[in-house]
Amino acid sequence: MDTFQDVLFKLKKYWSDRGCIIQEPFDLEVGAGTMAPETFLRVLGPKPYRVAYVQPSRRPADGRYGENPNRLYKHAQLQVILKPSPEDVIAQYLASLEAIGIDLKKHDIKFEEDNWESPTLGASGIGWQVMLDGLEITQFTYFQQCGGIDLDLVPAELTYGLERLTAFLQGKDSVYDIEWAPGVSYGDVRLADELQSSVYNFELADVPTLWKLFGLHEGECQRLLALYPDYPQKHRFPVLPAYEQVLKCSHLFNLLDSRGAISVTERVAVIGRVRKLALGVAQCWLDQQTAPAETPEQMPAGTAEIGQ
Amino acid sequence: MSVPFLLEIGTEEIPDWMIEPALAALESSFVQLLATDRVPAGTIKTDATPRRLVLRAAEIPERQPDSEELVSGPPVSAAFKDGQPTGAALGFARKMSVEVSALERIETPRGEYLACRKLTAGRATRDILSEALPQLILGIPWPKTMYWEGKNGARFIRPIRWLVALLGGDVVPFSIAGVASGNVSSGHRQLGAAQIPVTVEDYDRQLYENGVIVEARIRRTKIGAEIDGMLADKCLKAREDHALTETLTYITEQPTAILGSFDPEYLSLPAEVLVTVMRHHQKYFSVEDDGGALAPHFIAVMNTNADPDGLVRRGNERVLRARFNDARFFWQVDQQKSLADRVAGLAHVTFQAKLGSYLDKTRRVQKLARKVARMAKADPGPVERAALLAKCDLTTDMVKELTELQGVMGGLYARAQGEPDEVWRAIYDQYKPESMEDAIPATVSGRLLSLADKLDTLQGCFRIGLVPTGSKDPFALRRAAQGVVRILVEGKLGLPLSKLANGDAALVEFLLDRVRYYFKDVRGFRYDEVNAVLAAGAEDLTDVESRLVAIQAVRPTGDFEPLAASFKRIKNILRQAGYTGGAAIDPAILEAGPEADLHAAFERLRSRVGRFRKKKNYEPALEAIASLRPQVDLFFDKVLVNAPDPAVRSNRLSLLHELFSESSAIADFSEIVTTQ
Repeated sequence: MDTFQDVLFKLKKYWSDRGCIIQEPFDLEVGAGTMAPETFLRVLGPKPYRVAYVQPSRRPADGRYGENPNRLYKHAQLQVILKPSPEDVIAQYLASLEAIGIDLKKHDIKFEEDNWESPTLGASGIGWQVMLDGLEITQFTYFQQCGGIDLDLVPAELTYGLERLTAFLQGKDSVYDIEWAPGVSYGDVRLADELQSSVYNFELADVPTLWKLFGLHEGECQRLLALYPDYPQKHRFPVLPAYEQVLKCSHLFNLLDSRGAISVTERVAVIGRVRKLALGVAQCWLDQQTAPAETPEQMPAGTAEIGQ
Repeated sequence: MSVPFLLEIGTEEIPDWMIEPALAALESSFVQLLATDRVPAGTIKTDATPRRLVLRAAEIPERQPDSEELVSGPPVSAAFKDGQPTGAALGFARKMSVEVSALERIETPRGEYLACRKLTAGRATRDILSEALPQLILGIPWPKTMYWEGKNGARFIRPIRWLVALLGGDVVPFSIAGVASGNVSSGHRQLGAAQIPVTVEDYDRQLYENGVIVEARIRRTKIGAEIDGMLADKCLKAREDHALTETLTYITEQPTAILGSFDPEYLSLPAEVLVTVMRHHQKYFSVEDDGGALAPHFIAVMNTNADPDGLVRRGNERVLRARFNDARFFWQVDQQKSLADRVAGLAHVTFQAKLGSYLDKTRRVQKLARKVARMAKADPGPVERAALLAKCDLTTDMVKELTELQGVMGGLYARAQGEPDEVWRAIYDQYKPESMEDAIPATVSGRLLSLADKLDTLQGCFRIGLVPTGSKDPFALRRAAQGVVRILVEGKLGLPLSKLANGDAALVEFLLDRVRYYFKDVRGFRYDEVNAVLAAGAEDLTDVESRLVAIQAVRPTGDFEPLAASFKRIKNILRQAGYTGGAAIDPAILEAGPEADLHAAFERLRSRVGRFRKKKNYEPALEAIASLRPQVDLFFDKVLVNAPDPAVRSNRLSLLHELFSESSAIADFSEIVTTQ
């Protein structure tokens, strides 16, 4: 029986063999793998790209003090971006399930309509939730828009829910009983984090401090975005750090929400503020990608073409 | 010669609910294409699975029929001079590429002209299809489309991955978004080959051997038969669920039913919760015993042919267990706070930005509920209490998780918290009827609450200008209005429509639209009957219904339609004369014969008709009016309304006017479309 980490290793190897860069998790709080710059920014613009990474994803409101067998504050997603999407993308996806030991001939797979939309990121896509024997294991999305920009190279985004997939493979009813490594359970590794984070998120997080932090990060992002139009050497401009400020705001918003500090009327307005920042960053990034480089040595790092 | 045609559009998984409308659109545009090109269509048949839309025609001619056209040229008078063709004739013959001797002469109203019979050979059907199919396919309307080949690329519901187009033995060549048509289909993702060469003749068999049942009808039957088969000897039966069967038919290429079980201890949860989890979240049929009680089983339909090791069953059982655990947790936690204690919390749930929170809505609905209860002469107590608690379940974890259970959960929690029957049942039923098939609330309080809730939404949205346009109706106002109409009619609530609409003329008109739809399309009354009855008054819908039933009953009798035709004539005469009534009939100047006879017959009937009408006994009232037909006919036959003597004329108009008003309180007969 594969451990949690075996499943990760195998999926990463599988996608690495299909031309994906294997990235490490993004090192700031995000609500989903989509929000990491490896997805949010890389899907923009004309450059093909293939990447896979595990992304711990934080959703404060989903925390259950470690008491619910299926709900987690922080769960791990395997995020795969194939830009542009290959024609046999679904066949490749199904083969990845076989790679972790699921004999497709003995199971029931269904693709159920599920179109994805993130108002905060100005992003949306068309796709399915993939059901394995009645369990949703993957969100499959053809990106259509990101940061308010229509995407010309349509990427396929595969998001695997790693805990539930492993619980399925190991036949466990609770994610905490999953074997993470030989002799070590998921609960051994993560339970304290779930409990303590739930206490913080629901009970102790200081609302005025969160609002203040939200304002500071928003201000910093706005300040940076305002500098861009007149900034002389575009490729040096800190778009990525500006985006990090957006992610901070997004996480703070989620925290405030789980503290019950955002009224319904405020909610739309606050989402609108984060969205405005995200759209601004997306525009800068796209502009930067297509701006003429000053000299070859000044080409921004990390934009080499990687793909099939 | 005629040959069969096969078109298969191979795609990634199409949402199940979009498939049938898409097939209908595909078929109708194909028929239209053939009609435009004068190709006889023959029998056309469509089929689909989630991954393919299929259109087949049994026989299509290989060629369009040849066509003949008569092109007219110069007049004969200008075409020949002294028996010799002029330049005009020679020019025309040259243009048509024939000798002058081959030209014909035709007679026209303007004289004799030269003409040329031009034969055009019919085009090959294959060429016509090859040109037209890409547009035809991409023209299928979908609720939401996507692009996959760049933002200026083709748009379809999901990416097109292969195309089969065969006319007889030949491929009809075309391509869409880089996919060229051919003769290669694709099998079931797990059970078949990815590439299967097919012919028109062996298509079904090839796909069947590769795990795909092409016909929805067969998949549907397979699901039903397997469910019956597995429950037959267990004294159990699956709850009928047509919509779920359709979903499963179109979400599978190879449906196979399996029976799973859950721990009977979950049966202590409300059946509504268990069924909703199974149906909406897992697409399972629920199972009941002989007595109709929920049994600890479910039926899942797989998209594969077997579950030999029971892996799929166990997987589904585990998922259901987790969901039931959640539900049990919510059921317990939610009851730690009573509905009454949740009212204040509704201030934090937005109903609509301009219409305020659900607390605001609750206050308005309470007031409105009291008002309609008084109008209906019902006890306002239970309705008001129900209105106060009605929306509180929106703050419960169960409803946040299982939104389909709003209202129902409120009712169940209210019952558990000791609210009286009238109150909890009203809360339980508040969103009914949710569709045309759904029943209206079971109790009077339930009907009044549902009415008040829907009217508040309608009044509010109309006040701030959120009126549905075209297919856009984000607040489901049509459904709300339809619910209002059905509750009034089927709940026998004779409340005045204009008061319910709070005097908003646009809202009254909106409701009347639903009234027309309801009586015509749902109840099956003829449109002219509905128009006739509504023209005579539409305030009280129960009365509208009674009048419609009466008209429908009287209409087949021999006197009715001819009388309706006469009433149309009366209405025209009165309108032309600008007569609006008022003057009493003077019996002294009635001419003996048909005029006096009509008057006498009318007078004899009048009080009887009035009595019937008062008692809303419309059928005998209409029969009595219809019995006047011989006198009316004779009157129009023999009497000149437009008599030279103004007094006589005006007296005759008065007679007609009174006759007309007496009947038009029931229906405006002039709206009846007669065959005469």
